[in-house]
Amino acid sequence: MDAFVSTYVWPAIIMVAQSLLLLVALLLFIAYILLADRKIWAAVQLRRGPNVVGPWGLFQSFADLLKFVFKEPVIPAGANKAIFLLAPLVSVTLALAAWAVIPLNAGWVIANINVGILFVFAISSLEVYGIIMGGWASNSKYPFLGALRSAAQMVSYEVSIGFVIVTVLLCVGSLNLTDIVNAQSSGIGTNLGLPASFLDWHWLALFPMFIVFFISALAETNRPPFDLPEAESELVAGFMVEYGSTPYMMFMLGEYAAICLMCALTTILFLGGWLPPVDVWFLNWVPGIIWFVLKASFVFFMFAMVKAFVPRYRYDQLMRLGWKVFLPISLAMVVITAFVLKLTGAA
Amino acid sequence: MGLQVLFFYLFAFIAVASAFMVIAARNPVYSVLFLILTFFNSAGLFLLTGAEFLAMILLVVYVGAVAVLFLFVVMMLDIDFAELRAGVLEYAPIGALIGLILAAELIIVVGGATFSPEIAKAVSMPIPAVTERTNTAALGDVLYTHYVYFFQIAGLVLLVAMIGAIVLTLRHRENIKRQNIPQQVARTPETAVEVVTVKPGQGI
Repeated sequence: MDAFVSTYVWPAIIMVAQSLLLLVALLLFIAYILLADRKIWAAVQLRRGPNVVGPWGLFQSFADLLKFVFKEPVIPAGANKAIFLLAPLVSVTLALAAWAVIPLNAGWVIANINVGILFVFAISSLEVYGIIMGGWASNSKYPFLGALRSAAQMVSYEVSIGFVIVTVLLCVGSLNLTDIVNAQSSGIGTNLGLPASFLDWHWLALFPMFIVFFISALAETNRPPFDLPEAESELVAGFMVEYGSTPYMMFMLGEYAAICLMCALTTILFLGGWLPPVDVWFLNWVPGIIWFVLKASFVFFMFAMVKAFVPRYRYDQLMRLGWKVFLPISLAMVVITAFVLKLTGAA
Repeated sequence: MGLQVLFFYLFAFIAVASAFMVIAARNPVYSVLFLILTFFNSAGLFLLTGAEFLAMILLVVYVGAVAVLFLFVVMMLDIDFAELRAGVLEYAPIGALIGLILAAELIIVVGGATFSPEIAKAVSMPIPAVTERTNTAALGDVLYTHYVYFFQIAGLVLLVAMIGAIVLTLRHRENIKRQNIPQQVARTPETAVEVVTVKPGQGI
């Protein structure tokens, strides 16, 4: 009985506790990311943004949460009820599931699996199902058009994200996310004789890929300027037209959890994860989790600024960018990176 | 060990049950969704055997791309399934025959090691233990080091197939406007704007 408790029950309790902690922290982070998104957007347009609920509008997201939860969920008569309700659940569950393998600090990860990056890639490629199912189950024109758009869009940009990940993997030689961060503690900077610093991170060594990944991440998470699945000026709200109250909130939650995931992934792949920007004692003293959150927030700030600055793409331009620009660039970079690594004897 | 057995039966049961539902469901969209559930549980079974790379690739390729296109097509097509179902009994013997052949082949492949244990020694590329080499690296050894030419030829065959499909379906329509982005970007005020001084009372 003791053996049973120590091998199964105790690890299970620890894992559930860790997951809950991560989930609560993540949901709080998402609440403020949402607020930050609206505030940044407002600031760019010289508005004040949400500023009524709480000091500087800090509790706005919680007020929105209560509003969504207490409203009546309306299910259209012609809708396929089971799939209609399943779609937001799929969307939010998948977006949160990928966080299980994201390392927030050295050793701070719930499941440190060998194929971590593939797991995240697999999950992010599944997120399209929430949108397709929602669009189809609504049994109406605009949602279906939105779903069709998103299916093609997400499958297209998956390809270039895949190749970007391959270039990073070539440099690292491992699919484990912790290894990917640790590999960035030495690089261009240390080869030039400088101390370990932000010059070692992959954003510099793989610069074009950093940009390609950033833009593909915008497209993959349906962020503006690639938010064609829900383009309000042409499709009202795309695949979400028929949704309201809690199901709608779950779609939004899934969307923002996916955005945070992409920010975290950019941080891990290109911005050195939890590593401090310069290897000096007072920066090393700051806990790694703070560096991680700062970097992820910076990437999100860029996401928010893009939303505020850039007009929406036309659909054919979106496809052209994915297939005719990013795919050749990233394919060429895979070959070039492999050659450079082979010639310098790094791999 | 107990948990592994439990999870094996869980995944295996859901996989078989949802595979049955793929052919039993009335709505074709449900069929595709059950197919996805089957893929998921197969990935779980791969994970249990330690084939983590295969599990993830199954998810990325089959669930993330192939099944999306399936779903896409099934949602777009307006198929009368009652009509399709009418011929089921006619085709049942052929289907059963194909099923039997597949089952026999599976038994030969999977059961080979059980029926004659010495066959495991005849494997040309022994699989290293998981503790020595992760199975991503082991697969890489086989595909990119030992059989790299065959792998490249397989890739070329696929490329030719893809080009063939594009050539067959490509048609160039005349009389439609196409956007030439480099041309648009290369426009300058000199090439795009003509300043005309119009005299009063004359027009252009």
